[in-house]
Amino acid sequence: MIEIIGVTKVFGNKTAVDNLTFTVADGEIMGFLGPNGAGKSTTMNILTGYLSATSGKAIINGTDVFEDPKKAKENIGFLPEQPPLYQDMTVLEYLKFVYELRGATLPRKAHLDEICEMTGIGGVKNRVIKNLSKGYRQRVGIAQALVGDPKVLIFDEPTVGLDPNQIVEIRALIKKLGKKHTVILSTHILSEVQAVCNRILIINKGKIVADSPTGDLLKNTAGALKYRAVLATRDMKDALRLVSSVDGVVSVVPDEKSEEGMSAVILESDPSVDVRPGLFRTLASKDVPLVGLENVSLTLEDIFARLTLSGEVK
Amino acid sequence: MFAIYKRELTGYFTSTLGYIFMAVFLALSGAIVWFSTFFSATTSFGNYFFIMIFFFIILIPILTMRLLSEERRTKTEQILLTAPVSLFNIIFAKFLAALTLFETTFLISLLNLIPVSRYGTVNTAEVISNFIGVSCIAMSLIAIGLFISSLTESQFIAAIGSIAVILGILLVGVFSSSITNDFVRVFVKWFSILDRFVNFRYGIFDISSIVYYISISAIFIFLTVRVYEKRRWA
Repeated sequence: MIEIIGVTKVFGNKTAVDNLTFTVADGEIMGFLGPNGAGKSTTMNILTGYLSATSGKAIINGTDVFEDPKKAKENIGFLPEQPPLYQDMTVLEYLKFVYELRGATLPRKAHLDEICEMTGIGGVKNRVIKNLSKGYRQRVGIAQALVGDPKVLIFDEPTVGLDPNQIVEIRALIKKLGKKHTVILSTHILSEVQAVCNRILIINKGKIVADSPTGDLLKNTAGALKYRAVLATRDMKDALRLVSSVDGVVSVVPDEKSEEGMSAVILESDPSVDVRPGLFRTLASKDVPLVGLENVSLTLEDIFARLTLSGEVK
Repeated sequence: MFAIYKRELTGYFTSTLGYIFMAVFLALSGAIVWFSTFFSATTSFGNYFFIMIFFFIILIPILTMRLLSEERRTKTEQILLTAPVSLFNIIFAKFLAALTLFETTFLISLLNLIPVSRYGTVNTAEVISNFIGVSCIAMSLIAIGLFISSLTESQFIAAIGSIAVILGILLVGVFSSSITNDFVRVFVKWFSILDRFVNFRYGIFDISSIVYYISISAIFIFLTVRVYEKRRWA
């Protein structure tokens, strides 16, 4: 469980994080999004005790990070943006070092073997870190965060530099970890958030601009489902009238990009009703062929751009 | 804390810096022993240890230059600073690692005394008090080097800075006797790291000076911790 209460961080005269408040429950995987410079890394650094906040509180499993840093840090596994790897150690030496550093108590060999297996670095465990590829280094970074089995895991862009197969593996791993741990996952890859997280928090200029379950964010922010329908008729008025008569259609507007001899319309529908079968039947009964139908609802990318570019607060 | 100490100590030998330090130290001490005893026809080691101190201008920065600066540059300090270990423990572990390598090498260099002892009696008390005195000076200089290493991301700048500061400190000791104003001279001599060594040089075990050296080290370790705290609050 992570609680951030009114955290503000000021660097000189720049406010990096502005009165941020949120909680992440046990077993939740929270996607932490925002454009570069929005304050994501600063927030994570405050959570892990690397930076201190100008004001506000960060509480990890009931322990205040600033009041009892030692106890709070025992509960956090952190993968920073740049994995903190000692280049001249072997993977196993490094993990043993982290094990001792964190004062872990689980049986060492079994614990480290399990972590190596989970992150897929068993095959390179006796190699020197500086000779590893970027993908392996990133995985050693993830492995490092798991040492001591901390309850809270904070990953800053964990899949950077991995190949597509590894990305799938690591996402599956994070999803699995999310069942028993509290996870914050910061990333720029929006499909990753959709694939892994059950909640999304978007910040911009140090403030929260969206916070909701992954599915809901799409629904709420997009408002309604949107389709682009192409009808084989030259009569746009007729097309609009026909489409608007379908059950569940909320609004219809002409699309300027119609082909010659076709009428293209953008229709919005009530999210609770699937209008597509009705649309087909209505048009078929009037002998107006439906030659194209595509979903043009907002994607996470659109929502992200809309929230962070305009800066509007939901 | 032990984990950091151990890593730092093995780190000296995976990065060759430890070998360089030991090689340079032992080669120099060998040359000095020849110069200060055989060449001067004496079995007194007072000069041997005194001359050695001046080579700390190069030797101590080799030990301390990368202790903190390198971790800051490569961002590996993040794993230390987010681990359940206090800042003091992190800094102190690094200090101890440098001191351990120094003392080990210094002990090995005592082998230099064996050939001299074949040509006359060696004053054991003199050797012991000199050994303690030189160790104390090294301890203080390591703490100062560690502090300088915390101020920069570049080990090169840390090295140059430490060389300059240690050189300055030793020069103050060399020239303190020529200060004409009594008050200033006494004051400078009291604070001078080198002047404090005089008693040890003549075989006198001086508790107040040991306390002085430990205090200097403690102050610089404390300042180093403050540098990190300040960066956290920046």
